[in-house]
Amino acid sequence: MITHALLRGLDGKAWLVVSILVAVAIFVPASNLLLSPGHPLYVPNYLVALMGKYLCYAMLALALDLVWGYCGILSLGHGAFFALGGYAMGMYLMRQIGNRGVYGNAELPDFMVFLNWTELPWYWWGFDMFWFAMLMVMVVPGLLAFVFGWFAFRSRVTGVYLSIITQAMTYALLLAFFRNDMGFGGNNGLTDFREILGFSIRAPETRASLFAATAIMLAIAFVVCSAIVNSKLGKLMIAVRDAESRTRFLGYRPEYVKLFAFVVSAVIAGIAGALYVPQVGIINPGEFAPANSIEVVVWTALGGRGTLIGPIIGAILVNVTKSYFTIAYPDLWLFALGALFVFVTIFLPKGILGIATGLMARVDRRRLPPEPTADAAKPTPAE
Amino acid sequence: MNVQASPDRAEDRPLLYLNGVSVSFDGFRAINNLSLYLERGEMRAIIGPNGAGKTTMMDIITGKTRPDSGEVFFDGTIDLTQHDEPAIATFGIGRKFQKPTVFESHTVEDNLLMALQGGRGVLGQLFYRLSRDDAAKISEILETTRLSARRNDLAANLSHGQKQWLEIGMLLAQNPKLLLVDEPVAGMTDAETEETARLLKEIAQDHSVIVVEHDMHFVRELGVKVSCLHEGSVLSEGSLDHVSKDPRVIEVYLGR
Repeated sequence: MITHALLRGLDGKAWLVVSILVAVAIFVPASNLLLSPGHPLYVPNYLVALMGKYLCYAMLALALDLVWGYCGILSLGHGAFFALGGYAMGMYLMRQIGNRGVYGNAELPDFMVFLNWTELPWYWWGFDMFWFAMLMVMVVPGLLAFVFGWFAFRSRVTGVYLSIITQAMTYALLLAFFRNDMGFGGNNGLTDFREILGFSIRAPETRASLFAATAIMLAIAFVVCSAIVNSKLGKLMIAVRDAESRTRFLGYRPEYVKLFAFVVSAVIAGIAGALYVPQVGIINPGEFAPANSIEVVVWTALGGRGTLIGPIIGAILVNVTKSYFTIAYPDLWLFALGALFVFVTIFLPKGILGIATGLMARVDRRRLPPEPTADAAKPTPAE
Repeated sequence: MNVQASPDRAEDRPLLYLNGVSVSFDGFRAINNLSLYLERGEMRAIIGPNGAGKTTMMDIITGKTRPDSGEVFFDGTIDLTQHDEPAIATFGIGRKFQKPTVFESHTVEDNLLMALQGGRGVLGQLFYRLSRDDAAKISEILETTRLSARRNDLAANLSHGQKQWLEIGMLLAQNPKLLLVDEPVAGMTDAETEETARLLKEIAQDHSVIVVEHDMHFVRELGVKVSCLHEGSVLSEGSLDHVSKDPRVIEVYLGR
C-alpha cells in the first residue's frame, strides 16, 4: 500500500528533480575530493558548505509549500520547526565533544559548566546516541506542530489570524531559547562541534558526505511530498484550500487534513534544520527570528507555490542572490528582498514556475487543433 | 436515545422532523417556531419571500447553525442538533448551495471523485485507489448531468448552469438519503431550467429531496407538495395551486 503510494509520487516532475539531485549528490563531493584545486570543475570546500546550506533552505521551502501551496495555511513560523530540528542535532553534536571542551568535562557541555550546573538536565538525556537524536529531530517539531495544529485548526482559526499566531509561536520560542536557564546555551546557542558519528566535522570527507546526505534527503522529501499531493488526499488538500467549508458538507474534516499536512511539513522542516547545523557549525536562537520564517515565504512565493519544484528553485535563487548582495552591497540586501517580494506578488502571482508553465501552455495551445464545439463532443446514440 | 414525539418504529417516522425550531441572530428571529415533516421518498418545494428563513432552515438541518430551541430529527432517531457538518453529511444529508460551490481548481471528474460516497479519513484518502466501481459511478453521473464532454475541464471554466449541474452531480455522488437543493435554477436559461426540473424529478425517484426555489414556473414543473415560509415559520402547505390561492400567501408576496 505504502509502496504504491510512493510510486505515485514518482511522476515526471519527481524523476527530473530526483535525477538532478542524485547527480549533484555524486558530482559535487566527487569533484571536491578527487579533483585538484586547479581543475576547472573543482568545487572548493567553502562552496560545498554553501551549496549544502542552500539545499537545506530548499527543503524548508518545500515543507512550507506543502502547507501553504496545497493547504492554504500561510505559516509564518516554519523557521521554528527548522530551528528545533537544528537544536536536536546540535545537542547530539554537543554531547560528541566529550571532554575536549574548554573545561574538559565529559558529561556537561561547556555552557553548563560555566553556569555552575552539576548535572545534565533530563531533556538532554539520550542525546549522546545518534539514533535518539535523529528521532527527536523528527518527533519534536512534529509534536509541536501536532499540538499547535490540533488547537488552531479545531477552533477553525484560519487565514491571517493563523499566520499571526504561527509568527507568535516562533517569537515565543526565540525568547525562550535566549534564556540561559533554558539549558540550550542561551544567546550563544550550541557551537564548537567536533565530531559527527566519529568523523571530524571539519574534514572535507565529512563535509562532502553531509552535502550528499542533504541532496538525497531533499530528493526523498520531494518524492514524499509528491506522493501526498498526487493522491486523493492531495486533491482534498487543494479542495480545503479553495473551499474549506464545502468539504465539511461532503463529510470531510478539513481540520485533520490540515493537521496531517502541517505535521508532515514540520517533520521535513526539522530534518532540514538537522542537516543545516553540522554544515554551518552553529545553532543559536537567531534561527527562531520571525524574519527568517518570512524569508521562507518569499522564497516559496518567488519560485511558485503549489508546485513543489518552484519553492526549491526560489530558495536557491534568492539565497545565491543574497550571498552575492551581502558581499557586494551589504546595506541593500533587505531592500532588495522587500522589492523582490512586492514585485513577485504584483507581477508574478504564480512565481517563476508560473511563467514557465504559462509559456509552455501557450506553445501547446498553438500546436493543438481548435477545441471541438459542445455539440460535436456529445456522444452519439450509435455508440 | 432521545425520547421521541413521533411514532414508535424508526422506519415509520418521517425522514426529517423539525418541531418548534427557533433561532435568532442578534435579536432577529430568523426561524420562529418552525415545524416541518418530510416523508421518506418525498420531494418538497419550499418557497417564500427573501428573508423568510429558507437558507437558515437548511443551515440548521446541515449543522451549520445550532437552533436556540426545538427538535430536529433525521431518520427517526438522529438528533441533528447534536452533530456538526461532517457528521451530518455522513448520516446521509447532502446540500447544494445557493451560489454554486464547486472546487474550481479541480477537473469536473475530480469534483465528483471528492464527493463520491466512501471513507472520509485522512489516511484512507492518502492510500485511495480508484476502483472500477467508482470509475463507473463517476461516468454514470457525468452522463446523467450531461457533463461527459467536460470531464477533464477545470470546474472554474464551466458555465453557470453547468456548475449548478456539477453540484447536483456531486450530490448524487454522495448518494445521500436526503438532498437539500438551494435555488438550483437561479440564473439559468429557460431551457436549462427545464432540464434541471427533469434531472431533479429523476433524482426524486429514489431519494428524498427538499428544493428551495423562487421560480414559480420551475416549482410548477416539479409538481410536488409546497411549503411557503414567511418570517421563519410555515405559512401555508399543500399543492402549488392551493398555496398560491391562500390569501395569506398572496398577502406576503404582493402586500409589500
